[in-house]
Amino acid sequence: MDLGDYFSMVFSDYTLRTITLGTAILGAVCGMLGSFAVLRKQSLLGDAISHAALPGIAIAFLITGAKDSNVLLIGALVSGMIGTFWIRGIVSKTHLKSDTALGLILSLFFGFGMLLLTYIQKQPNANQAGLDKYLFGQAATLLESDVWMMAIATSACLVVLLLFWKEFKILLFDADYTKTLGFNTRFIDILITSFIVLAIVLGLQTVGVVLMSAMLLAPAAAARQWTNSLGVMVFLAAIFGAFAGVFGTAISASQNNLSTGPVIVLVAGVFVVFSFIFSPNRGLLFKQIRISKNRRDLKLYKTLAFMHNIAEDHEDISHPHTIKILNNFQGFTKKSLQKLVELDFVILQGNMWSLTEKGFKKAENLYNQQSHTHE
Amino acid sequence: MNSAQIEIQLIASLVAIACAIPGTFLVLRKMAMISDAISHSILPGIVIGFFITHDLNSPILILFATLTGVITVVLVERIQKTGLVKEDTAIGLVFPALFSIGVILIAKNANDVHLDVDAVLLGELAFAPFDRLILNGSDMGPKSLWIIGTVLLITIGLLVAFFKELKVSTFDIGLASALGFSPAVLHYGLMSVSSITTVVAFDAVGAILVVALMIAPAATAYLLTNDLKKMLTLAILIGVFSAISGYWLAHWIDASIAGSITTMLGLVFLLVYLFAPMKGLISVIFKERQQRIEVSLLTFLLHLRNHSEIEERHVNHLNEHINWQKVRSKTVLDLALKNNMITIDKEVVSLTEKGDEFTSRAINYIITNEDSQIEGMKDDFFLFRG
Repeated sequence: MDLGDYFSMVFSDYTLRTITLGTAILGAVCGMLGSFAVLRKQSLLGDAISHAALPGIAIAFLITGAKDSNVLLIGALVSGMIGTFWIRGIVSKTHLKSDTALGLILSLFFGFGMLLLTYIQKQPNANQAGLDKYLFGQAATLLESDVWMMAIATSACLVVLLLFWKEFKILLFDADYTKTLGFNTRFIDILITSFIVLAIVLGLQTVGVVLMSAMLLAPAAAARQWTNSLGVMVFLAAIFGAFAGVFGTAISASQNNLSTGPVIVLVAGVFVVFSFIFSPNRGLLFKQIRISKNRRDLKLYKTLAFMHNIAEDHEDISHPHTIKILNNFQGFTKKSLQKLVELDFVILQGNMWSLTEKGFKKAENLYNQQSHTHE
Repeated sequence: MNSAQIEIQLIASLVAIACAIPGTFLVLRKMAMISDAISHSILPGIVIGFFITHDLNSPILILFATLTGVITVVLVERIQKTGLVKEDTAIGLVFPALFSIGVILIAKNANDVHLDVDAVLLGELAFAPFDRLILNGSDMGPKSLWIIGTVLLITIGLLVAFFKELKVSTFDIGLASALGFSPAVLHYGLMSVSSITTVVAFDAVGAILVVALMIAPAATAYLLTNDLKKMLTLAILIGVFSAISGYWLAHWIDASIAGSITTMLGLVFLLVYLFAPMKGLISVIFKERQQRIEVSLLTFLLHLRNHSEIEERHVNHLNEHINWQKVRSKTVLDLALKNNMITIDKEVVSLTEKGDEFTSRAINYIITNEDSQIEGMKDDFFLFRG
């Protein structure tokens, strides 16, 4: 099956439709909430939470003995929340820094989860197979009910986002000010963190514990490059996430032996690289172009100032001089002279140049713009 | 205990020591999450190395994987330097991408590769004794024991040789570069050691659990001491203790050894986090409560000093005036009485000479913004703490 087949089958084939819809929704919700995680400098929290969710899945299975994905997700949610609040506890009550706290919770919870998983695997219970799909995710196991679950969670998250938009925004950019305005910052904080945990937990089944954090970060990091407005960023991130989900599913479905999670992550990674390079305001390419343009302008004005120095010595500013005397001057090129002519600063006559009135004025004001604007 | 069991415990302990040493510096340099990133992103290096050598213990594979680890660090720094995203986002973007490449490489070549993603993540310590090093036909013990031992020796050698430089550059980069130690060399040296440790340890404990062995002992030790040498020693001891007790836990419940070692690390950290004498949760909460009462006491004494009128100093009046709950006012009043700072005469409170001096000293420190002096002063004045 190649990509073309995939897109023609997406609407007819039940499994493909379910998976595509699931990954698209997941990408969208992760993009939305990921924007907040990135802006709050909590990018790695997602990584920690997704690892911390593992023991919850195992314990939920141990208690219920059933592999119902909703029950397991509740377990994941609870243990993800415990992990998150423990991280907060460590950071606020001890002198350990947040990176240490994240790494600690991540690895300790994950290790404990692995202990439980291997323990479950040794149990005489035929039902346990497939629990380890949560490690790397298996989009193929998505059912329609799972997609519904995601859709409901996404709409809940959207409603809350719209309801508390103002609060989220202000908390994001100025937490102290928010407090002085009388908002319950703690509540808003917990609300948004809980939704981030929820999004991560929803994604575990599809993308898996290890790669979930990229799902959260990559669309947001890509969207951040295109805009400075929070609303636009959240919207863009949702779109990037959804597209990463769809393309990732398409590519992995059209090849053998490709798990969906890593492919989605790589597609999102491509979005990020593209945005880093080509975004008009912050992108590396345009930044480089701007820098070299500035450098050229600087050389141009240096030449102009040098010409002005020469012209100043003569009563008639448009007195012609030979081009030769410019040759020893650093920054002078034929091209820059041509540019000066184009700008109407200089007139060329054969081998001679002379400053125009406009060029003289410009050169005069080059270094004392400050004083002239004040006059 | 048979010899395989002893060998497993020996390997686990060596891994724990080898991880604890770079881990301590990572925690102190606030770079703990880098170890997480490295542990994931060495996967493509391991896979490519495996394609070339077909041997998980070959030095070339270790070299490749170490290189990938260092590349990760460089990539993170490069991305961060563009200013497009913050450091944590850069870390969070780089390692999943590299890890995905590794997973896809494994998946695409699953037929001719005996490399399982689960094995990479979890390792299997129990099988380590079966892969033996045979030299001239004689059995020299498990291969991984030799590899980890070598790396550990190198690490210890570097630690001893560059201890002073590492110490200075960890705590004061400016001073380190002023003294002529290149922080960049030390930084990349540390990163290389972390990478190589991660690579050799992943075989035994798995990629993710290496992170636990790096961070948890160091973080636990950091809660117990502020002395670098003591912290290193404690981290090593905690690592070894968890490794050995983790092995027996796994033996007992028949589960993954790596998972059990991490669980033991978690338990040790939890205990220290709760009960550490100075920085544990309980002592911090106790100290915060004490401080709150002592600040209240100071406020109360100031109020007394500012009012000479009898009605302002009446016990019943104070309750409503400073707007405290009954229990709180009683605690504060008792504390002040016990410390001889006030006298109560017919329900009217007045400052003693000592209370007066305490208050003026305290207010003086607050005005001059030398808050840290207050703790020392409290020791001089207080017979009983809040």
